[in-house]
Amino acid sequence: MTDLLGEDELAIEATLNGKPLKRRVKARQHLADFLREELQLTGTHLGCEYGICGACTVMIDGRVARGCLTLAAQISGKSVDTIEGLTESGKLARLQREFIARNAAQCGFCSSGMLLTAYELVRSGRSISRAEIRDFISGNMCRCTGYHAIVDAVEAVIAKNAEKGG
Amino acid sequence: MSEKASSSTGVGARIPRRELKRLLSGHGRYIDDIALPRMLHACFVRSPHPHAKIASVDVAAARGAPGVAVVFTAADINPKCEPFVGVALHRPGHRSAPQRLLAEERAVWQGQPVAVVVAESRAEAEDATELVAIEWKPLPAVGDQLQAIAPGAPVIHAELGDNIAFDFSLEKGAPATAFADADIVIEEELRFERQMAMTLETRGLIADFNPAEGSLTVIHAHQSPFQMQEVFSRHLKIPEHKIRVIAPDIGGGFGMKLNLYADEIATVVASMLLGRPVKFCADRLESFVSDSQARDHRIKCRIALNKTGEITAMEMDDISAVGAYGMPLRFNVAEGMMAITLAGAPYKFENYKGRTRSVYVNKNLIGMYRGVGMPLACVATELLTDLAAEKLGLDTVEFKRRNYWPKASLPCVTPGGQKLQNVSFHECLEKLVRLMDYDALRKEQAQLRARGVYRGIGIATFCEQTAYGPPYYGPSGASISTQDGCTLRLEPSGAVRCITSLTDQGQGTLTSVAQIVADSVGVSIEQVSVAGGDSAISPYGGGAWASRGTAIGGEAALRAGLMLKQNILALASAVTQTPADALSIADGEVINTRSGQAVISLADVGRIGYFRQDTLPADFDVQLSVSASFVANDKMYYMANGVQGSYVEVDCETGFTTMLGQWAVDDCGRVINPLLVDEQVRGGIVQGIGAALFEECIFSDDANLLNGTMADYLVPMAAEMPDIVLDHVETPEPSTRLGAKGIGEGGLIGAMGSVWVAVNDALKPLGAKVRHQPFTPERILDALARRE
Repeated sequence: MTDLLGEDELAIEATLNGKPLKRRVKARQHLADFLREELQLTGTHLGCEYGICGACTVMIDGRVARGCLTLAAQISGKSVDTIEGLTESGKLARLQREFIARNAAQCGFCSSGMLLTAYELVRSGRSISRAEIRDFISGNMCRCTGYHAIVDAVEAVIAKNAEKGG
Repeated sequence: MSEKASSSTGVGARIPRRELKRLLSGHGRYIDDIALPRMLHACFVRSPHPHAKIASVDVAAARGAPGVAVVFTAADINPKCEPFVGVALHRPGHRSAPQRLLAEERAVWQGQPVAVVVAESRAEAEDATELVAIEWKPLPAVGDQLQAIAPGAPVIHAELGDNIAFDFSLEKGAPATAFADADIVIEEELRFERQMAMTLETRGLIADFNPAEGSLTVIHAHQSPFQMQEVFSRHLKIPEHKIRVIAPDIGGGFGMKLNLYADEIATVVASMLLGRPVKFCADRLESFVSDSQARDHRIKCRIALNKTGEITAMEMDDISAVGAYGMPLRFNVAEGMMAITLAGAPYKFENYKGRTRSVYVNKNLIGMYRGVGMPLACVATELLTDLAAEKLGLDTVEFKRRNYWPKASLPCVTPGGQKLQNVSFHECLEKLVRLMDYDALRKEQAQLRARGVYRGIGIATFCEQTAYGPPYYGPSGASISTQDGCTLRLEPSGAVRCITSLTDQGQGTLTSVAQIVADSVGVSIEQVSVAGGDSAISPYGGGAWASRGTAIGGEAALRAGLMLKQNILALASAVTQTPADALSIADGEVINTRSGQAVISLADVGRIGYFRQDTLPADFDVQLSVSASFVANDKMYYMANGVQGSYVEVDCETGFTTMLGQWAVDDCGRVINPLLVDEQVRGGIVQGIGAALFEECIFSDDANLLNGTMADYLVPMAAEMPDIVLDHVETPEPSTRLGAKGIGEGGLIGAMGSVWVAVNDALKPLGAKVRHQPFTPERILDALARRE
């Protein structure tokens, strides 16, 4: 990457929400700002811009990551999924249904990140306790719900997935 | 007990919020998601010093930076805005220095805006702010209320003579005598550090001044668009009817997004000067130094009892550090006043003395935050009564049973001046005791104590003033409306469109309104759409604050629904030749109540009413759009109440407190939607736990903020929080048809109290006392080291 030092812009090729993405990105711009400002994918939110609150959570190569701690340039060669793509593909449908039924979201600002983190957990297929669910989502701050309903929703999806055989 | 829901989607039903599908799929429209054509971005240069003279401001380099349109200083912005004086007119002696939008000769708090860069992008604006060169001459800063009133303290605003904003005392009965004669007196000194609402979405707005029309549109992440419409009009001299304030989706408010902010109003001025839309969204560091803050009190309190266990007197002496200026409209006296007027309220006694002082310090302004002064009143009262019970050798629940106002005494006025009428302390307490299996927890606590494991149980009773009426703000001079309104329109399709003055930052008020409209008109909730938060299109109203939305705006929606139903039936009567009093509406059809038969659909009523008026009698007046407002002219508030219980374990090696369980029984009158009400209580409870155990703005002695990130301001995350078990008592508000009181703040109020009592209860056998919130591990270990 030494030949790119000092460049203001870089060319990247990535997969975004299942589709090819080919763009020039500003070297300084982080992934969340890139998604929001350049691609108008505003479902990924910013709460702190230093990796604590989890509002900017996206998936990179199938694992959750902080959009604010990732430079747009770093996704070159990788596959990125956002709340919009994961909704469209239906992958979040069970979680979204259970969240809605329990009012596990109020202002909705943490929800994109919370859903993606919950998705990584339920997708693992492991059966886990409420305490472990709480632990897993402890990188996603919610100021509105107090977390109880979110844990209920995730627990319900894990239980339903187990019934249906995953 | 709750009324059965009148239908599966009406009042009383657990209906999920319709807007959640959109918010959960990444299709929220929060302020930073919105862009207008030709929009520029503002970034503020802020004082790094708590108190400093501004010797010079050089913007030349910033002006030339890439993407910068303009850099404004105080000389550009301030003349366009009438200064703010945050003083309540009905509180004699309440004082504040006038506040201008940008600091001129001096900055008086760290974070105060001094200049504003407006650029093509926020990133370019941020870069350019670093090029603004300001010559600062630091001055001595006062950070602490005791420091600020000590003789010789630097006076922040010379024209005030000292740093005292307000000093108010009240007395009832003969407290001095009662304390002198008491068999038992318990005295405590409590300390509450500064805390913040810490909404996940920071503050923001887009100001769009149209110079051709002289009109202003502001898309504003604010809880009260009408308040801001009036403020912009009065302070910026724009005719009110040319201003439109629209609240988009908002990522949490909790009262913080109710206050007035110099940076937000300066953004509006920037738009006026440029004739282009200007957006300002605070980043998280700006949030730490410019969002209004809360709490920051020292309270001396005491309680007097006779040896037979009755309370004879209480006293509260509160001193609060309110920042560098009075908060306009949402006055800085509120926390202290509520603390001293609500202290002791659930308990029967006659003698009371209360004093509150609000004091200026070189810190950010105190504003509204969930619960305001009521959590402080709850903590003081419930800690003192718990200690009193211990002194008397009585179980704390038994003490409360004996000392709450008996039902027979109601209605009454408490010594602090609270009107209690439809409250339910006893019912809530008994329900809580069963809900948490109190006796089993006490047994477990005793068994574990014997093994050196220290668990505590805390019970906290609270009163909550909700849905303030005109007597609250009216005499203060603040143009804050306590009414709300609702316009309903029958669509030609037979559906109902609702436009409410209410706003919703996640509470679900708009869904509650839909339920009420559906019920009162007689349609299913799927046939009702609700829009809110737009000052140009709805009746005038207060918006969301003080736990008022459903109680007040819901009542307006109910009235409007009944009016619309009446007009629909009048038209149906004319068309079907059936007397209107023999008709009703069910499931979207007009039915004959005697036969039960449908006589005409709402769609046909709509079609005829809008397109075939030629088939109606010549003198028939079609009115398929109605508006109604509601306000209770003479009501100060609706008093809600509840009792909460906490079960905690304190690790005496590490000082860590584990929340093992939290229970709450709340009485908010008629419950419109139990799903939404429960989750409001849960969210508030976690904020209360956070306040008691984790959250603190840490300042150096000279008022520098030391923890300006979320890594060191500890908001509760899921792993630290308990499951929260809830139940309700419903004592309907008798003065309204709906019967609802407010619910938004009770969670925080009660939980702060119950956690304070529980942690101290855990430490009782060790003789350790914690009195300084938050109860960090360090403070608990210090308390253990100091034990008596």
